[in-house]
Amino acid sequence: MSILARTVPFPTVPPEPSTGAEQAAQPVWPEAVRWLEYPLWGGIPWSLVLLKALVIFVFLMLMALVLIYFERKVIGRMQKRYGPNRAGPFGLLQTLMDGLKLGLKEDITPTKADKIIYVLAPSIALVPAFIAFAVVPFGPEVEIFGYLTRLQLADVPVGVLLVLAMASVGVYGFVLAGWSSGSPYALLGGLRSSAQVISYEIAMGLALATVFLFAGTLTTSGIVDAQAPGNAPVVLFGLEIPTPSWFIFALFPSFVVYVITMVGETNRLPFDLAEGEGELVGGFHTEYSSMKFAFFFIAEYLNMTTVSALAVTMFLGGWQVPGFVLAVWPGAHAGAWPVLWFMIKLFVFLFFFVWLRGSLPRVRYDQLMKLGWKLLIPAMLVWIMVVAAIQLARESGMAGWQFTGLIAGICLAVLAALFFWDDARIRRQEAEQAADKAEREALRADPAHGGFPVPPMDAPHYGTKVDAIPRQEV
Amino acid sequence: MDSYAPILVLGVIAVGFAAFSVVFAGRLAGPRRYNRAKLDAYECGIEPTPQPSGGGRFTVKYYLTAMLFIVFDIEIIFLYPWAVHYQALGWFGFFAVLLFLVNVSIAYAYEWRRGGLEWD
Repeated sequence: MSILARTVPFPTVPPEPSTGAEQAAQPVWPEAVRWLEYPLWGGIPWSLVLLKALVIFVFLMLMALVLIYFERKVIGRMQKRYGPNRAGPFGLLQTLMDGLKLGLKEDITPTKADKIIYVLAPSIALVPAFIAFAVVPFGPEVEIFGYLTRLQLADVPVGVLLVLAMASVGVYGFVLAGWSSGSPYALLGGLRSSAQVISYEIAMGLALATVFLFAGTLTTSGIVDAQAPGNAPVVLFGLEIPTPSWFIFALFPSFVVYVITMVGETNRLPFDLAEGEGELVGGFHTEYSSMKFAFFFIAEYLNMTTVSALAVTMFLGGWQVPGFVLAVWPGAHAGAWPVLWFMIKLFVFLFFFVWLRGSLPRVRYDQLMKLGWKLLIPAMLVWIMVVAAIQLARESGMAGWQFTGLIAGICLAVLAALFFWDDARIRRQEAEQAADKAEREALRADPAHGGFPVPPMDAPHYGTKVDAIPRQEV
Repeated sequence: MDSYAPILVLGVIAVGFAAFSVVFAGRLAGPRRYNRAKLDAYECGIEPTPQPSGGGRFTVKYYLTAMLFIVFDIEIIFLYPWAVHYQALGWFGFFAVLLFLVNVSIAYAYEWRRGGLEWD
């Protein structure tokens, strides 16, 4: 007799199976775990929620394992190597073995470290990475055990905002890990990571705002529905022209900015300055070992999965197939097929991540911040207002020529702004070059120019009997 | 609240996994052998740099970035409700948001001109 079974006033809304066949399939719970059958505020019982959460958790853990293997294999192929091929068939067990090995290693806490924060930081990075994936839709509404439910853990009204919020919380893990390690490399890595992630998060948020303009909702399922095939006819001169309904076509600049920022958000090459091996050893996780180190690794790959899944949901129609495929094969959205379409699109993005790592060198820190703050953010601010103006003009029933005029005017204004900006840029560059040249001239004439203490080239070595070297012409 | 509860469930599973791994791997599975050099800050084998008192001080540049981030983050938070309901708000909403963006951009242009966005 469990306590839960005796609490009678518990709201027991009897589940309503749609047919008799499903009722028979329903499991009968033993008395002790009866609470699993109780509905969770909404109509769905606890058991289903638990099942979905467990499936998402296992899926994410598997994704981290598979992704690391996938990345090493693809990178290996790009560099004409085999990649891991020893542990298990085709090296498939490599990541699992690596994880096992990490778990059996000594868990080091440096003497300089701030103990509590040092222990907590990896979990602060890891847990939000799991939670952010909760809102990603894998498919349409389906029937599981007789309940109509979406293939998505939680369809919350704030939707995408939850992902952005969790990304922000995850940054705390990185910066606290760097700060609490008591090591200069880790501190610098943590700071770089936080500065970079918050910079790119703004451009990402602005790029996503245009998607909300089109979809009119923040929920991920609503955004996928808004990209249903045949949802975006353009009426031009009284003619209805069907256009592709995925937002990547209508909002291509947003998509490009999102792809750049998602690489920046996840600290991946070419933006992986937070752990640049050449300069910072390991960045914020320099001092970590054992499972705590593994946490940062898992968190990184989970974040990759989440931002890729978000890209699929926001710009590539989520779990849907293109309209022409649906016209040929109407059953493409039935059953478990949508999950397959979703996974294919997801792996396209993940391959893109690996491809970037295989081909691009690391950018310099000031270049990274300049790109984020001086290009992506202003460009997105202008783009949002342009999209809003065009959408409002379309809906207020403007005549065709007025609409064309508006778009032409916006294009002209943007071109003019670009022209003046480029002009100013060239003039500034010329001025910089002139100043640089003048400084070089001055330094050649007098090495101590500008007050920087330069030992004279012809001075004898201190404490030795070496004679003065005759000065060479530079 | 009904739609948020599953997120909590996933969060509890994730926290459970994290706690289990840290405790199990950290305290039980791994070896523990004391070694003074091992517990020092890792600096490629040289003697660790003495940390400034209080530890973890860093340049004011990062604060500037963080402050600008707060301004823009709040801007985004104001943009989202408008982006979802811009149809109902119409041209009035459009010009209100335009005015707001221009206002924020003044501070942005000021920081840019004053060199707050230079990182070399």
